[in-house]
This record gives sequence, C-alpha cells and structure tokens, in this order.
Amino acid sequence: MYGWEMLSFNIHDGFLEAIVRGNRSGLLTAADYNNLCQCETLDDIKMHLTATEYGPYLQNEPSPLHTTTIVEKCTLKLVDEYKHMLCQATEPLSTFLQYITYGHMIDNVVLIVTGTLHERDVNELLEKCHPLGMFDSIASLAVAQNMRELYRLVLVDTPLAPYFSECITSEDLDDMNIEIMRNTLYKAYLEDFYKFCQKLGGATAEIMCDLLSFEADRRAVNITINSIGTELTRDDRRKLYSNFGLLYPYGHEELAVCEDVDQVRGAMEKYPPYQYIFSRISYGESQMLDKAFYEEEVKRLCLSFEQQFHYAVFFAYIRLREQEIRNLMWISECVAQNQKSRVHDSVVFIF
Amino acid sequence: MSSDSSSWARALVHISPYTFSAIGIAVSIGVSVLGAAWGIFITGSSLIGAAIKAPRITSKNLISVIFCEAVAIYGVIVAIILQTKLESVPTSQMYAPESLRAGYAIFASGLIVGFANLVCGVCVGIIGSSCALSDAQNSSLFVKILVIEIFGSALGLFGVIVGIIMSSQATWPAKA
Repeated sequence: MYGWEMLSFNIHDGFLEAIVRGNRSGLLTAADYNNLCQCETLDDIKMHLTATEYGPYLQNEPSPLHTTTIVEKCTLKLVDEYKHMLCQATEPLSTFLQYITYGHMIDNVVLIVTGTLHERDVNELLEKCHPLGMFDSIASLAVAQNMRELYRLVLVDTPLAPYFSECITSEDLDDMNIEIMRNTLYKAYLEDFYKFCQKLGGATAEIMCDLLSFEADRRAVNITINSIGTELTRDDRRKLYSNFGLLYPYGHEELAVCEDVDQVRGAMEKYPPYQYIFSRISYGESQMLDKAFYEEEVKRLCLSFEQQFHYAVFFAYIRLREQEIRNLMWISECVAQNQKSRVHDSVVFIF
Repeated sequence: MSSDSSSWARALVHISPYTFSAIGIAVSIGVSVLGAAWGIFITGSSLIGAAIKAPRITSKNLISVIFCEAVAIYGVIVAIILQTKLESVPTSQMYAPESLRAGYAIFASGLIVGFANLVCGVCVGIIGSSCALSDAQNSSLFVKILVIEIFGSALGLFGVIVGIIMSSQATWPAKA
C-alpha cells in the first residue's frame, strides 16, 4: 500500500538502499567533467579518474591507454557494485535487480548473432558483450542458424525464454530480422518488467512505472525514426511498440504512419512532457534528439532519489552509472581523436 | 447499574478490575518496547549501510537510536508506576464502582502509554533513517533533521504525562 512501506521496507532492503545511496554520491559531478573535458591526452584522463572513485580500477593500467580499456574498467566497477548488491538482496529485490540486466542480455544475444552472421570470431564477440548481460551458455549462440534453433538450443534455459513466444519463426536470421527480433524481445521485456513493478505496488510501482513508460515512449520514437525509409511496414512497426506508456494507444497510431522526422515531431508535441524535449531541437534535426532524451531520462532518474523506501533507486543508480560510462567514452574518444570542440555535444551532466 | 436486559453491559462489569489493570500494565510495557524495537531496526539498517561509505556518521547518528530507546524506558517506568497502584480489596468490594473505576484507570493509562510510545518509536525510527542517509551525503543536514526527531520524540512524552495523570486517579476503595 502506498505510504506504509516505510514501516517494513527496512527489514529486508534498508541496508542495500543505504549502500546504493552511498554509491550514488560517488558519481562524477560537473566539476569532474569540466576537468576531464580539458584533458589533452588519455593519460590526463586516467590521472583525473584515478582521483575519483575509479581509482583502484584504473591505477594499474599500462601507459599506452585505449579508450576501450577505460570504458572496460569503468564498466567493471559497475559490475562489481551490482554483484555486491545482488548477492545481499532477498526477494523481491533480487528479482528486481535481475530484471534490470535483461536488457543487456538481449543486446548481447543480438550482438553475437549479428556478429556470427558477418562471420566474426566468437571469442572476439564475447569480449565485446556487456558483462552485466552475460549468462552461461552464451557462447553457443554462434551455432544457431535460425530463430527456432536459437530458442531451442540456448535461450530456453535463460530468463529471456518467455519473451520469445512472439517472435519464433523459421525464417533465417538476417539483419532486418535480427533488428525486429531485438525490438520484439525488448518490448516483451519492458512489458514484463512493468507488470512486475505494478505487482510490487507502493512507491516502487509508481516511480518505476513512470520511468518505464518514458523508456517505452523513447523506444517508440527511436523505432519510428530508424525505420523511416526502410522496408518495415506500418503494421510491423505498430507491433514493435509497447502496450503501455504515455503514447499508448493514440500516439502509437500517429507514429505508425509517420514518414519523416517532422511528422514525428508533430505527433509528439501533443504530449506536454515530450513537447519540452522537442522544442529544444530545431526542425529537421535528429542528432540532438538522442542527447535531449538522455537529458530528460537523467532528470527523471535523479528525481527518483528524492523518495525513500522504494526499489527504483537501484534501477536509477545503474542507469546513471551507464550514462556516466557513456559520457566517459565520448570524452575519451574526443580526446583521442583530437576533436575537443565536440566534447560538449554529447556529455550529459548528472549533477 | 447492571441492567437485566443488556447482557453485554452485565458481562463487562463482571470482569474483575484486576484483569483490566493487569492488561493495562502488560500493554504499557509490551507495546512500548515493540515501538522502540521497530524504530531501532528502521534506523539501524539504514545507518549501517550508509556508514560504509561515510564512516564519520556513526557516532552522531546513534542519537536517533537513543531517542528510540528512550521510548522503551518510558514504557518501563510507567509500568512500574502502574503496578504500585494495585491494591487488594476485599471480595465484597471487588465489583464496587470505586474498584471498577480504579481498574479502568490503570487499563486506560497502560493503553495510552503503550500506543503513544508505539507510534513515537516508529516515527523517530523513520526520521532517524532519513537522517543517517542525508548526513552521509551532506553533513550540514544532521542538526536540522535532529530537530524534527526531537519533535517526534515529544509524542511519547505526551503519552507518558497523560498516562501518569490518569493513573494517579486509580484509588481503590478503602477496606470497609
């Protein structure tokens, strides 16, 4: 019941909530980002990061650094913190924490299948997978030829099994089908997560359902924009939109028939929260849209910390860390390629 | 006094006043301790978790735990006071109105103190948990949130005051 969770939340989850709030205080601030943006080389970046909480992870790296090493070590820190929380969590928090990683599992599955299609080596692909989304039999994904085999050989034992019911076909895997598969899986995952959060009730349900609705709407817009000009039919596009969120169902009707970005803008401006996002980018431009969405997401995630005694802080913390890692990757790439003028194009400050 | 037609009223006044007194005393200490324990675990779990990243908060935030503990002490004190009010009256006087009044006074006093301390303990515990988490992030917040806790712990004190006033009226009839 909403409002009474403060009486019993701390029995099982008080310790972990306090830990995640402590971890949040270790996120990089605007001052850190300013220092990092002024670095000349990757070694400067390493030096600045060693003074933050990333110190123990980056200290022992040998000197010719690559951007991928920095990103890998920072991701390792996130994974360590996540595992630390997961091993101390009890139900239902442990299920909640596992749900957060299913998105990465889907991305890893698609990465390996696409890579195999383009005849890359399996080990090389495994190194590129996101560590939060690893599962045991992931390497055997490379053997499958079509979706039915994919499901039967590997995925039926993973938590992703229930999401496959909508997209098992005997078609061979090619680029288009893989993208459709990814989006169908993600849609099923988001709906499942949404139902789970609603079942938890209370403040968790309210905050998480708001965050997941934003995610669903954002994906709907991205699917629309990415499928403009491809051979994806309108009905197929409709099937990829989730069954919840601010845009459901009328916004989806309008988005399904959009043929260019301005029509998308026209459909979205009817919804006040998204009108604000679209008003900040000028007409005909879609590169800044990603950044605008990320900023809105970060704002909502930070707001979830304002309330105590709910699970959305865990979700928000992991997403904020991922945003931070994206920022670090962008800054490192800009510095490595000597394009420091573009550094502020894509960095989203968290505080 | 006990009418023939209303059987509930008859049943209630035939319960011994000592039963009511004993229940009152039990509630006074039992429920107060429940409130104190509830508050302590709410504060304690957040305090332990927050102190991992910010070890400096541990000694100051023990004040929240002490406020919760005080609630249990109020319950013990009032229970001891109440049990000194119990006197034996001869059997002929046991259901006299004076005796019933004394029994009910002790019962009510115990209930007042018990439940006031229950909610006070829970209140102080929740605020203490938020206090620990905020102090870990920004140490200037501690004193401000402590003021809220002090107001919260006054609730238990109100209960104790009223309980003691009620119990001072618990005079059993003099032995005839």
